Formats: sequence, C-alpha cells, structure tokens
Amino acid sequence: MSRATSVLYDAPGPLARRRERIGSVVGGLLVLALVGVGAWYAAGRGVFEADRWAVLWDPPKNQSALDVWRSLLVVGLGATLRAAAVAAPLALLLGLVLAVLRTTRLAPVRVAASVVIELFRGLPVLLMMFFALLAFGWSAFAAVIFGLTVYNMAVIAEIVRAGLAALPKGQSEAAAAIGLSRGQTLRLVLLPQALRTMAPSLVAQLVVLLKDSSLGFIVGYSELLKAIQNNAQYFGNASVVALFTVGAGIYLVVNISLSRLALRLQGRTRRTAAPAVDVTAPGPAPRGATTGH
Amino acid sequence: MDLMVIADNMPAYLAGFRMTAQLTIVAGLGALVIGLTVAAMRVSPLGSLRVFAATYTELLRNMPLTLIFFFAVLVLPQFGVVLPLGYWTAVGCLTAYTSVFVAEAVRSGINAVGVGQAEAARAIGLTFGQSLTSVILPQAVRSVIPPLINVIIALAKNTSVAAGFAVVELTATGRRLAQQNPADVVLVLAGVALFYLVVTIPAGQLANLLERKVAFAR
Repeated sequence: MSRATSVLYDAPGPLARRRERIGSVVGGLLVLALVGVGAWYAAGRGVFEADRWAVLWDPPKNQSALDVWRSLLVVGLGATLRAAAVAAPLALLLGLVLAVLRTTRLAPVRVAASVVIELFRGLPVLLMMFFALLAFGWSAFAAVIFGLTVYNMAVIAEIVRAGLAALPKGQSEAAAAIGLSRGQTLRLVLLPQALRTMAPSLVAQLVVLLKDSSLGFIVGYSELLKAIQNNAQYFGNASVVALFTVGAGIYLVVNISLSRLALRLQGRTRRTAAPAVDVTAPGPAPRGATTGH
Repeated sequence: MDLMVIADNMPAYLAGFRMTAQLTIVAGLGALVIGLTVAAMRVSPLGSLRVFAATYTELLRNMPLTLIFFFAVLVLPQFGVVLPLGYWTAVGCLTAYTSVFVAEAVRSGINAVGVGQAEAARAIGLTFGQSLTSVILPQAVRSVIPPLINVIIALAKNTSVAAGFAVVELTATGRRLAQQNPADVVLVLAGVALFYLVVTIPAGQLANLLERKVAFAR
C-alpha cells in the first residue's frame, strides 16, 4: 500500500518524513527487542540446540533424513492435497448447480436450494465431518471429503450468485432478445463472464478449503499435522519444534502461493473484462468471500 | 428415531452451547482489541510497524486454526510455556486467529473511504483529529460492521475446533452424546446443528441487512 493513496494523511513533507523515519526506527527496535527477548528465552530452554533440529538432516534411531522428509512431504502433505483435490472439484460442481437452481423460476426448487445453502454455510465444518463419521459410519477420509465438500459447496454457491448478480442486466436481456433459452443464456452468456470475475474469490476459497483439511487431524485422517505428530512421538518431544516449523512452512508456502495467484487473477480480470461491479474488491466484499475462514 | 433423546439431554446441550457462546464472546472481544491494534499499525505512517503488522497478518492468515492449536498444545511447552489445557488455550488460539481477520476487515474499511473525503476535510481546514472523527471513521465504521459480523460468525463456527483439544463445547458434546446413543446419532447431531444455526443464520441475515443499508447510503 503506497502512502500516496492513504486516506489518512497528506503526502509528508521533509519534516514529517524525518519524524516518521525516527518513529519507524524506534518502533522497529521495540519489535526487534521483543522478538529478541523471546528468542533469548527460547535459546535458554535449548530450543535452538542442533541436536533438536538434527531430525531434519540426520535423524536418530537409524532413520535417514529421506525417511523423515518422505513422511512429511509425500505421506503427510500428499494426504492433505489428496483431500483437497477430491473435495475442491466436487464443491465447485455442486456449488454451481446450487447457484443455478437458486435462480430457476420454480419456487419450490429455488427455496430448497436457498435452504441447503444457508444450512451448510451456518454449520462448522468439523461438525459435518463428525456427522459423516458417526451418523453414516464413513471412513475418516470420506468424512473429511464430505465436510469439506458440503461447506465449500454452499460458500461457492454464494460466490457464484454474487458473480451473476454483478453482471449488467443488459447481458441477459440481449441473450433473451436473440432467442436464447434460460439455460443457454446461463451457459453461453452469463456463466462465462461471471466465472471470470469470480476466479479470484474461488481461488481464495481454495485456500480456505486447504486449511480446513487440517481438521482431518481431529477426526482421525492422517494428514500433514498427523505426520508431524507421529514423527514427534517417534523421535521424542524435543524434535517437535523443528517438525512444526517445517509443517507451518509448508502451509505458508502453499497458501501464500495460492493467494498470490488469486491476486494476479484479480489484476487480470480488472484489465481485460472490466466488470461493472468487482465482486472481489477488498472491503465490504460479497457475503461468500468474508464468511469463508 | 426418538425425539426424546434431545429433550433428555437438554442440560448437556445447554452446557455445550454456553461454552461455545462463552468462547465466541471472550475470544471475539480479545480479537477486536488485538485486531484494531494491528489494523492501526497497518495504516500507520511508521514503516516498521506496517511491516510487523503485515507479517503477523500474513503468517496467521495462511495457517489453519488446527495448526495454531497444535502449536499451543504441543510446541509451546518446548519453549517452557505450558498453558492450562482446555478453555484458556482455546481462547488464546481463537483470539490470535480471529484478530487477523478483524484487522483485515478494519483496514479495508478505512481504505474503502474515498481519498477525496479526507482531501475535502483538509481543504475546509479540519485538523487531523477532526477529519478522522467526523469524516473518515463514521464512514469506515459503517462499511466495517457487516464484514465484522461475518468474522464473528466464522469465529462461532471455529470454536468447534476446540473440541479436538479437550474443550467440551457444542461439537464435543454432540460427539459424546452420539457415542452414548448409537441408535439416534442423526438426531443427536441434528440437535447440535440447530444450536449453531440459531446463532449463525440470524447473525448472517443481520450482516446482509446492514450491508444493503450501507450500499444505499453510499
């Protein structure tokens, strides 16, 4: 965020700039001092000693570093990504269907679709996972997929609705004027445009879905967190800091790259399509975009 | 199917609901305080504070809540910090996680106020304090309230993660009751769902209503 566009201040003059520099340095030193005290305290507890981190390159108990990294990246991250890779397309497909059903002329269908959306958007993902696990008696993997799918399907339906509502009315009127049916209008005219403006919101929702897959840890699906815990139990609790750092790093890398992608898509749609209302604009965003975390 | 199973276990449901509500309120207040502070840092003229606030936001926003609980319960003890397991751990984790979303909502609310508004305020000679309190904040608050309600709704749902870390709130109550009444699992969990929906749906409608009001006021 550049200072020139800030609502709060004028562009600073030389005196204000000098004051800001001094304040910035003081504030920075304060933050660094706090971090330093924390690090010093942690070092006193031996957190940074090499043997606690050795699990990452030269693990004890006759295991090779390759085994550890394989269990984290291939088994752990693999299971996390697998859950997301199954749930995301399902949620997208069902979300699209729900959004379309919500715009039909048949009142009972429309109401039913709204009820389904409101219901699943208002419930915790974890509760739905437990529902599949305990009520349907499904496996942990299936329960994770179920929870992720039904929740995100409802959120995506809302995103699609907002995307369709943001299109200029003339689009559907013109489609009707050249004799397209309602289905054709949706398929050929409205959805292609709406999907473009929605792409950033959809990618952002994918980040939410990926984060929520970690709930599998609680319902007994062996994903990334479980892999960290298993390793920590095997190599002793002292290694948990190193293993956690790797796990957190993996989540950060994956999610920040996805968020960057969303931002880039946003820039792109702004340039090419120039939608009348930007559904993805920061600020009072559409409902689907802000309830998702 | 026996509807009585919900009535019979009403005390357990209510206790779970109370815990969920308590977590939401306490963590919500904490998140508001921290979130406002972080948002203030984020829009401050001091570069170092901006960088700190942005890092804090970026870190917590991209980590799953489960990972933060995991950190508090299993990693922090290695640093010599042993939190009392259960309620206060949950409050701490939910506060930290939610504060980031509060900060983002507030920041985008401030940025959503047109630059021309502040320029006009300065042009007619208002001081910084005056333009902040009588021009910018009234407009910012208005556009911040609906997303903030959505943040609190998300928090109410997120309290369920505490069920995995030794807090007996609604979801944990549901799991226990389901295991005790294997014949009525669907009904038992539907009861839990009802308690969540009683909070989340009206709050969502309120956010919608306010949002529409704001849209007209613009």
